[in-house]
Amino acid sequence: MPSRPSNLRRYLSVYLALWRNSIIREMGFKANFLLWIVVEGLWFVLQLGFVGVLYLHTDRIGDWTKWQVVMLIGAGHCIQQVFQAFFLVNCSNLSELIRTGKMDFMMLMPINTRFLVSLRQVDLGAFVNAGSAVGVMVYAGMQLGLSPTLGQMAGAAFLGVTAIFIHYALMFLLATASFWTVKAQGIVWGYYNLFNISRLPDSAFRAGWFRNVFTFVLPMILVANVPVKVLIDKMRSPWEPLLLVAMAVVAMAASEAVWRISLRRYTSASS
Amino acid sequence: MAKYWHVILIGMQNTLSYRVNFLFRALFSLVPLMGTIYLWRRIYEDKGEDGEVAGYTLAAMTSYYLLVTVVDALTAVNEDDWQIAADIKDGNISQFLLKPIDYLSYRFCLFLSGRLIYMMVAIVPVGLFIWSLRSYFVVPSDAATFGWFVLSMVMTALLQFLMSYTMALLAFWVLEVSTFIFIVFAFEYIAGGHLFPLNILPPLVQRVLELTPFPYQLFFPVSIYLGQTTGDALTRGLVIQAFWTVGFYGIARFAWSRGIKKYSAVGG
Repeated sequence: MPSRPSNLRRYLSVYLALWRNSIIREMGFKANFLLWIVVEGLWFVLQLGFVGVLYLHTDRIGDWTKWQVVMLIGAGHCIQQVFQAFFLVNCSNLSELIRTGKMDFMMLMPINTRFLVSLRQVDLGAFVNAGSAVGVMVYAGMQLGLSPTLGQMAGAAFLGVTAIFIHYALMFLLATASFWTVKAQGIVWGYYNLFNISRLPDSAFRAGWFRNVFTFVLPMILVANVPVKVLIDKMRSPWEPLLLVAMAVVAMAASEAVWRISLRRYTSASS
Repeated sequence: MAKYWHVILIGMQNTLSYRVNFLFRALFSLVPLMGTIYLWRRIYEDKGEDGEVAGYTLAAMTSYYLLVTVVDALTAVNEDDWQIAADIKDGNISQFLLKPIDYLSYRFCLFLSGRLIYMMVAIVPVGLFIWSLRSYFVVPSDAATFGWFVLSMVMTALLQFLMSYTMALLAFWVLEVSTFIFIVFAFEYIAGGHLFPLNILPPLVQRVLELTPFPYQLFFPVSIYLGQTTGDALTRGLVIQAFWTVGFYGIARFAWSRGIKKYSAVGG
């Protein structure tokens, strides 16, 4: 009798199957796959263009120089794209699963429902865009004459991953509102809008309610700024990275708690 | 004509069920806008008391973004292009081929009703936003300026609608039009003046942009309102805007007549 595979191996093999499905799905519409990469790339170029125009008229925003901001935009784009690769479609599809009653099938699978719902589809094109964002960051780094230590790079990467988990936790939290209202998709896309401010240098924001809300409630001002500040030696105090990690833990815990409460409410729409 | 009134009324009832979505949309779109305004404030701070960027004081710059918000709320297409593409893809337009109703006019009525409802919902968040920045909100120098602004804005709305309509008709030929819609939207976003006023660009770039229809989708009416476009430039601009509007009407009609020949009523 073969021994029962370990839990981790089982989840890995399921996840592998999900990847395979995603690849097959994307390859069914190759032109469309490529066009989406073009679209995302275009919006990225557009953001960079905006910075280019701003710096025609000024040589610094607060204490941020042009290439530092370019690096920030690269980092913001990279974080957003990796988040998009793993989670975005799945978060926005949650309301559809609930509305159509397909959630039933998800819950019947012999696997953690949140795992399945969160990771069902992979957006492969987003990895390409994340790659181009890293390219821009490297170029900006060269313009700045940076030579970050291994520790700085590892720290920035770790904080970037932390930022992705914050995005995931918060967006999933918003998506679980679908258990209460069918209009949750609008909220999810609203959150997506907020990515725009994550690409702005933090010194643009003076102390005030705006800065407080987007630091302590929806930490948009932290997610890209903190990793970049580690990379470019701008980090003055350790509290910002610590805050980012703490926010990730709190957000993940909150989204799990709300998810469990919401599941109890689920009453299957179609049957 | 009466039947189109009914379309408008039904459209309003349908869109009313999206009111919460509209509210969120209006609210969330203000946040990046505020981010941009903060960014400019910081830039002006370092320029000193009466610093200018390409002729814009901080007040004028803020005013620009406020007007962009207003014109955008009044004229931008919402879901119209997705719906038209879906109608074609799912074979829903078959019914219009059998009825004495013109699809373009029908969609235009729905666009109007969508805008009306959006305005009614967005007036609260947008109104509060403008109120909070009221010291920057300028009024046009005279009634004539305001009149030209309204005329230009009407054409902007028509142009927005007709361009989206034409793009959506691509669904006759390609399976997935959303990428094309997003690509055009990206150009509109930067070349229309959503992100920054076009006249802070280098003159050569401005001249190239003026050859495209994008500035007439937003920037042009705003520049009239702010008194930047006057005299000959105003007349010329209005003529060009009218030219684009009529031009896209022609393209839309042409694309429809070609598309309908290719249409195979999938699922209809």
